[in-house]
Amino acid sequence: MAALTAPARAAEDSAKRVGGSRWTGYWLLAPGALWLGLFFVVPFYSLVSASLFDPNGSVLTGYKVNYHVGNFATAVKDYHPELLRSLWYAGLATLICLVIGYVLAYAIAFKAGRWRNLLLVLVIAPFFTSFLLRTLSWKLILADHGFVVSTLQHLHVLGHDGRLLNTWLAVVAGIVYNFLPFMVLPLYASLEKIDGRLVEAAGDLYASPFTAFFKVTWPLSLPGVVAGTLLTFIPAAGDYINAQLLGSPGERMVGNVIQSLFTSSQDYATAGALSLILMIIIIGMVLVYIRKVGTEDLV
Amino acid sequence: MSQASEGSRSLHLSQVTKEFASFTAVDSLDLDVAHGSFFALLGPSGCGKTTTLRMVAGLETPTSGSIRIGDTDITYAKPYQRPVNTVFQSYALFPHLDVHENIAFGLRRRRSAEVDRQVKDMLDLVELDGQARKKPHQLSGGQQQRVALARALVNGPDVLLLDEPLGALDLKLRRAMQIELKRIQTEVGLTFVHVTHDQEEAMTMADTVAVMNAGVIEQMGAPAELYENPRTTFVANFLGQSNLIAGKVLGRDGDFVKVDMHGIAVSVPAQRAHTDGTEGWVGIRPEKVLIAEVGEDIDAPGNHLEGGIVTDVSFVGVSTQYLVRMPWGQELQVFEQNTGRRKIFAHGEKVDLSWRPEYAFLLDSSQDVNAGIEDD
Repeated sequence: MAALTAPARAAEDSAKRVGGSRWTGYWLLAPGALWLGLFFVVPFYSLVSASLFDPNGSVLTGYKVNYHVGNFATAVKDYHPELLRSLWYAGLATLICLVIGYVLAYAIAFKAGRWRNLLLVLVIAPFFTSFLLRTLSWKLILADHGFVVSTLQHLHVLGHDGRLLNTWLAVVAGIVYNFLPFMVLPLYASLEKIDGRLVEAAGDLYASPFTAFFKVTWPLSLPGVVAGTLLTFIPAAGDYINAQLLGSPGERMVGNVIQSLFTSSQDYATAGALSLILMIIIIGMVLVYIRKVGTEDLV
Repeated sequence: MSQASEGSRSLHLSQVTKEFASFTAVDSLDLDVAHGSFFALLGPSGCGKTTTLRMVAGLETPTSGSIRIGDTDITYAKPYQRPVNTVFQSYALFPHLDVHENIAFGLRRRRSAEVDRQVKDMLDLVELDGQARKKPHQLSGGQQQRVALARALVNGPDVLLLDEPLGALDLKLRRAMQIELKRIQTEVGLTFVHVTHDQEEAMTMADTVAVMNAGVIEQMGAPAELYENPRTTFVANFLGQSNLIAGKVLGRDGDFVKVDMHGIAVSVPAQRAHTDGTEGWVGIRPEKVLIAEVGEDIDAPGNHLEGGIVTDVSFVGVSTQYLVRMPWGQELQVFEQNTGRRKIFAHGEKVDLSWRPEYAFLLDSSQDVNAGIEDD
């Protein structure tokens, strides 16, 4: 952001004196750099290479990089419905997560009193069982002859042969369920930091509780909103488990396509290109989003 | 500001009580603050002064009693429905808004006209013009304090509440802000209710001080009146310092009460005697006590105390502060101005003490002689 302030500079100077060699800092970075190199740069390189494979390659004939940029065009042409659907499902799920998560985090931060820690543990508790298992149990819960569907049919919310499983609703609900904790925790962290006296001050300055929320609490919680939505949207856009288990082929998301291209058809070229396209779209959206919401102004 | 009648905007608390789960913070408090006055609620921490303030602000609801501004009952009104604004102890400035928007906050909520001009006027008043676009964290403590004041004042409340507003500032800045606050109060002519534990701050700024202790007001009046004629040992000790000496009431003689103080007969003006009992505490402020060599003529006809021995001498520049042990074992405090015309006594010297009877006061013997003495 701004230039270093005087105290920061002084602290830096003294750190140098105490730290000795000017290389110490770099040595301390080494483990992290090594990790990133091994588990990010190398795989990323291999992914980029794969996206530039000759599309005629196969397991039998082998693959070679011939800088076939056409893979990207093929990927978009063949799979743009899945790409768009992924962004749409992830966006919708993120929005629902935000609404539910905000209410939950707000309640935990301001209303829970001594139950606060217990509630936080309950938010994290689902992580103690596997992602896959939890999604599978939703398959049972939402099954055609399960109690949820029959109850909803009884109440005429669902039609006589209406169903939940293998619909877009089930997929989005699954994503909401699975990623909700990633929304709640950053929201809670930033709400909990808000000084209650600021809300009192807003009330003192003629703001109704409603106005005080939108003028004080909400803007001060924006860092949590940004962190939570990113932590939800990014993995949700690439998710394939929920679509796989709770949806039908009509709800296929880009994650399912990539997964099947890689594992079933072994079309590494298109799979790689599709992965990169998804990544670029997400990075682009995130950049625009952060620009728009602008957390830099916030304390 | 429409000033229909001054009396219609004064603040009245009657029989206000606030009970929390385990204790009573404020106990049947009656208080009338005239419009346009600078009123201080003074007391040690936990005496109920902040709770009282929060009830006026609407941040707490009284358990019983009523709060009125003029003829309007605001006991149960929501904070945002009261013509009252607060300068919070830690300022509570909105960190995401700049100075201008912080000050404009109340105006915008009430859809006031000419927000920019009003904010600008307020910035001029608190001498912060040019800082309008800074965020609170870019300001010094003193500047933040001024923003907090401006943010409350700009709304032209009937009553402005100040909760230990200078507590976070260092001593020098605090002195400057005391004068500043007083200037602003005189300029805007609003009612200021100021809560503080700093007796000097209360006395410097307020027209009227109410000394609060354990949920009740011990005494209320002009600073000089409270200081010169305290009615309780708490006030005598909390507001400045006092020598309190046990005495037996011998009888009343016209305008004076005669008291036997360890064998020495002293007199106290009848209107300064706050006990009907046969015993009492004779009180005298240290700077009212004169010190002299044994047998020397003292310019204080009346009460004459012999046989003192100086046990401690502190030279503090403007004055010298002595501790003098009296024959009955009690050490009395004596402050003498360093006029240069009086000798400075040394440790161990024998001295006589005296004071003019009109400066002494008499308090009820049932009160704790150490009440209100701060531990620091």
